[in-house]
Amino acid sequence: MTATEPREKLVGQAIKRREDPRLVRGQGRYMDDIVLPGMAHVKILRSPLAHARIRNVDTARAAEAPGVLGVYTGADFADVNALPYAWQAAGVDNHVNTPRILAVDEVHWVGDPIAVVVAETPQQAADARDLIDLDLEALPAVVDAEATTHNGAPQLHENALNNIAFEWDCGDEAGVEGAIGDAAVRISQRIRNQRLIATPIETRGAIGQYDAGTDEYTFWLSSQAPHVHRLVMAAFVLGHPEEKIRVIAPDMGGAFGSKIFMYTEYPLVGLLAKQLGRPVKWIEEREEHALATAQGRDHVTDLDIAAEQDGTITGLRVTTWANLGAYLSTAAGGIPTTLYGRMVAGVYKIPNIHCKVYGTYTNTALVDAYRGAGRPEAAYVIERVVDLVAAELGMDPADVRRKNFIPTEAFPYDTGIGMLPYDSGDYPAALDKALDLIGYSDLRQQQADARANGKYLGIGFSSYVEVCGIAPTAWVTSEGWGAGLWESANVRVQLTGKVVVTTGSMPHGQGHETTFAQMVSDGLGVPYDDIIVEYGDTAGTPFGYGTYGSRSLAVGGTAIVQSVEKIRDKITKIAAHMLEVNEDEVDIDAGTAFVKGAPDRNVSFGDIAATAAVGAGLPEGVEPFLDATTYFDPPNCTFPFGTHIAVVEVEEDTGNVEIKRYVAIDDVGNVINPLIVDGQVHGGIVQGIGQALWEHGVYDDGGQLLSSTLMDYGIPKASWLPMMELDRTVTTTDVNPMGAKGAGEAGTIASTPAIVNAVMDALSPVGIKHLDMPLSAPRVWTAMQEAKEN
Amino acid sequence: MYPAAFDYHRPGSVEEVIQILSDNPEAKIIAGGHSLLPAMKLRLAAPGALVDLGGIDGLTGVAVNGSASIGAMTTYDDAMASDDLAASFAALHEAISHVGDIQVRNRGTIGGSAAHADPAADTTAALVAHGAEFVAQGPNGERTISADDFFVDLFMTALEPEEVLTKINLPAPADNTSSAYKKFAHPASGYPVCGVAAVVTRDGSGNVTAARVVATGSTLTPTRLAGVENAITGTAGDADAVEAAAANASEGVNEWAGDHYASSEYREHLTKVFAKRALNAALGND
Repeated sequence: MTATEPREKLVGQAIKRREDPRLVRGQGRYMDDIVLPGMAHVKILRSPLAHARIRNVDTARAAEAPGVLGVYTGADFADVNALPYAWQAAGVDNHVNTPRILAVDEVHWVGDPIAVVVAETPQQAADARDLIDLDLEALPAVVDAEATTHNGAPQLHENALNNIAFEWDCGDEAGVEGAIGDAAVRISQRIRNQRLIATPIETRGAIGQYDAGTDEYTFWLSSQAPHVHRLVMAAFVLGHPEEKIRVIAPDMGGAFGSKIFMYTEYPLVGLLAKQLGRPVKWIEEREEHALATAQGRDHVTDLDIAAEQDGTITGLRVTTWANLGAYLSTAAGGIPTTLYGRMVAGVYKIPNIHCKVYGTYTNTALVDAYRGAGRPEAAYVIERVVDLVAAELGMDPADVRRKNFIPTEAFPYDTGIGMLPYDSGDYPAALDKALDLIGYSDLRQQQADARANGKYLGIGFSSYVEVCGIAPTAWVTSEGWGAGLWESANVRVQLTGKVVVTTGSMPHGQGHETTFAQMVSDGLGVPYDDIIVEYGDTAGTPFGYGTYGSRSLAVGGTAIVQSVEKIRDKITKIAAHMLEVNEDEVDIDAGTAFVKGAPDRNVSFGDIAATAAVGAGLPEGVEPFLDATTYFDPPNCTFPFGTHIAVVEVEEDTGNVEIKRYVAIDDVGNVINPLIVDGQVHGGIVQGIGQALWEHGVYDDGGQLLSSTLMDYGIPKASWLPMMELDRTVTTTDVNPMGAKGAGEAGTIASTPAIVNAVMDALSPVGIKHLDMPLSAPRVWTAMQEAKEN
Repeated sequence: MYPAAFDYHRPGSVEEVIQILSDNPEAKIIAGGHSLLPAMKLRLAAPGALVDLGGIDGLTGVAVNGSASIGAMTTYDDAMASDDLAASFAALHEAISHVGDIQVRNRGTIGGSAAHADPAADTTAALVAHGAEFVAQGPNGERTISADDFFVDLFMTALEPEEVLTKINLPAPADNTSSAYKKFAHPASGYPVCGVAAVVTRDGSGNVTAARVVATGSTLTPTRLAGVENAITGTAGDADAVEAAAANASEGVNEWAGDHYASSEYREHLTKVFAKRALNAALGND
């Protein structure tokens, strides 16, 4: 290749993930692969009761068991702060109760940690744990998000009357009242968005190490945000200087949001390591994951809808009880408010909306962000609303969507309920493309034929919008988030011309090593293989907020682009000096800098890098080395959207739902790597289908978790799913220079309502308008029997 | 996921197994370990000692010669590989194919599953439908337990504490006998919410002369559906006859399983549906 041939751009190409050869060959390094000399092992004794007073914890027998190094109870950590609560429901009182390292006096959920054993081996720790004698006085428990607020319900915390952590609202209460009063069509419906258990293949883990000589802690954590975990432990929990804490996040076998948060086990392993003078490891057991890792969703919602006869939605009142569990998790206040309440308008222009949210305490595991985090709950609300209107009026749900869409010319669009303005969108284009791909008119005929043959075929839509690249710091702080959400990147060119990119984001399946290298390769004109992307160690990366909320590309990627720009500028300066021309006469491509119009006059990227790194022969006033760090705080979030259509058949004999077809049109803006985006969409859709049909974290009335193993909790299996038919529309954004919006959660947000709407469409001949998820075979069959009897 | 400590024995003969069991009431037999080990890892079971049957010769293999003899330690996968078993005992062969996944079938054993008597095992219904005889060896020698007597209750068989299940015999099917197994799988465990095995025999004119129809998952033990068996016998075995017969699935069943996933009413209903499907498959009705 010579300098005159423009190099083929890598951005936009479906390059296979460079992470995968290592991971699929078993060469990944996950939490439990890390073994340190002298390492001891931790097992945690958790409460078997949902609500109880701790009368006594007798550790004597456990302490004498073979291999035991120490047994600790809540009293041993009484001087350690409770965990911080980082995202308040904004603008209202938050009655805050957060977990302590180990429970003191009272336990509030099955899984609340009571005591900890450290032993030479995990086996010995587990054996000794069985020897701890608990004396608990059972107290009445409550598990339902709404019932917990009723008079007479058991009370969890003194400062939270009626178990209400906060009451928050957005929108125009009076306007909605008026709209409902005036409406030709009024619909009311209670819907439940059931509790989900994150269930990554790799559960959580934590290793703590303490160096008494330097007073330094090193932590290996299951972490989507290692810098934030360090900051929080330093400033709020351990009270130890931040520069004397290092957090390393190794390879991660999935997270789905559950590894964002601060957990008691993380500071615990550090405290134990210091106490014992040995590294200490805790690996979460599978059942323990179900009990003790933050869970998702769990809303009870009352809907009141006002509409006109032509399908125009004129008012929407949403009243939600969001179950937050026994204590507030790190971001628990923001998920059901900012990321849910402010998104319930969806893709529709609805003149009057009011959303009221009660964040409630119950005797259950803590609830926080889970893939989509608030937006799936919002999309579920509004997409069910549209179908309830369509069913009430006997209209085609596609037509009701089209009638209420925010017009394409209206962007940027303010929904009026406190979300930042939607940046860009073309909702009819995505709907049209989806209708075209699935062959909609033929499909409705097929449905009519199927119904005539006694079959229950259903078609379901989901026209979604979500908020991604969640960042503008001024906005998120005004929304109750206790820190920034900008993102960082450092790009530096080594003496050899190799490029090292470090990011404050924290990939755990998103393919940053590939995507970011594609971008830097194009930006600097250097070979893809000469670029390495590093992350996951606070000692080697700039401070950043981590990976969640589909923000790594939109926010973190921009920081890379801007660092690359800074380096390009410097390369241009150095090359102009070396070529003895003016800067504006220099162009860069294909690994060289050359004189415009005279490409034979060039210097190689390697020579420039060497010159810069050695520091001899630089233009006056130019510092040695090519090294640039950027902290990027965007002006807005991004708002990806799309339309998904599902075709399902319900088997009358069993109630089983079979997905016959699944079409997804997503608009995530410009795409850096289509293969990775398709993978995100596939996985996301499956996760959302899992909620629609199978997944359910079930507590009994006494607060026992009935779905604590994978024998009970039904995660999706590949063989139950059809081939997905994917396509895209591309509506760019000016929020970031890539014009990219984010793709990590879109599939999950879209697919749940598409499936539920399809099943409701299938069941409409028997008069069923709404069923709560999961739409398991027994639940669907039972509802069909009841409907047929009526 | 660490079981409590246990002693481990790997004797070379059934006699030694019996001796260990006699000496140590806490000892449990382990075959493929795919029911017992998960329970131990959750510490729901904590036997003081395990007696591994894996070192004993003569407990594995499938021999079909009209009748069939299946060594208790035969893995699911080895049984699935037997074309003779598939030809003559299709319900069992199909039920085996529904068990777990490849890894489970590579280790799990037919005898281990039978002795464990999980109320939602796949193979147990088929064994009862095929009229299996369970051969047990104990301190007082060998005895044979009929299928109808073997499964006593949830996780309880007619085996005595010191007895070892060594072999399962399936009597030779009468001429014109066919069979099938159909199930509705739990979305998490894959175990049958309801599974039904049907074995039917017809005479020369196609009329059903005998039927054994057995439910699992929906009932507390593998349970013969006498109402269905009686109603299908003497009919032409066509789809209408099956439909009518399957409607009698509740007859004589005293208790249906039920849990937070599926109620007993639903499981009772599924039993009718899957009795129909299993019979139709066995009888070759489309």
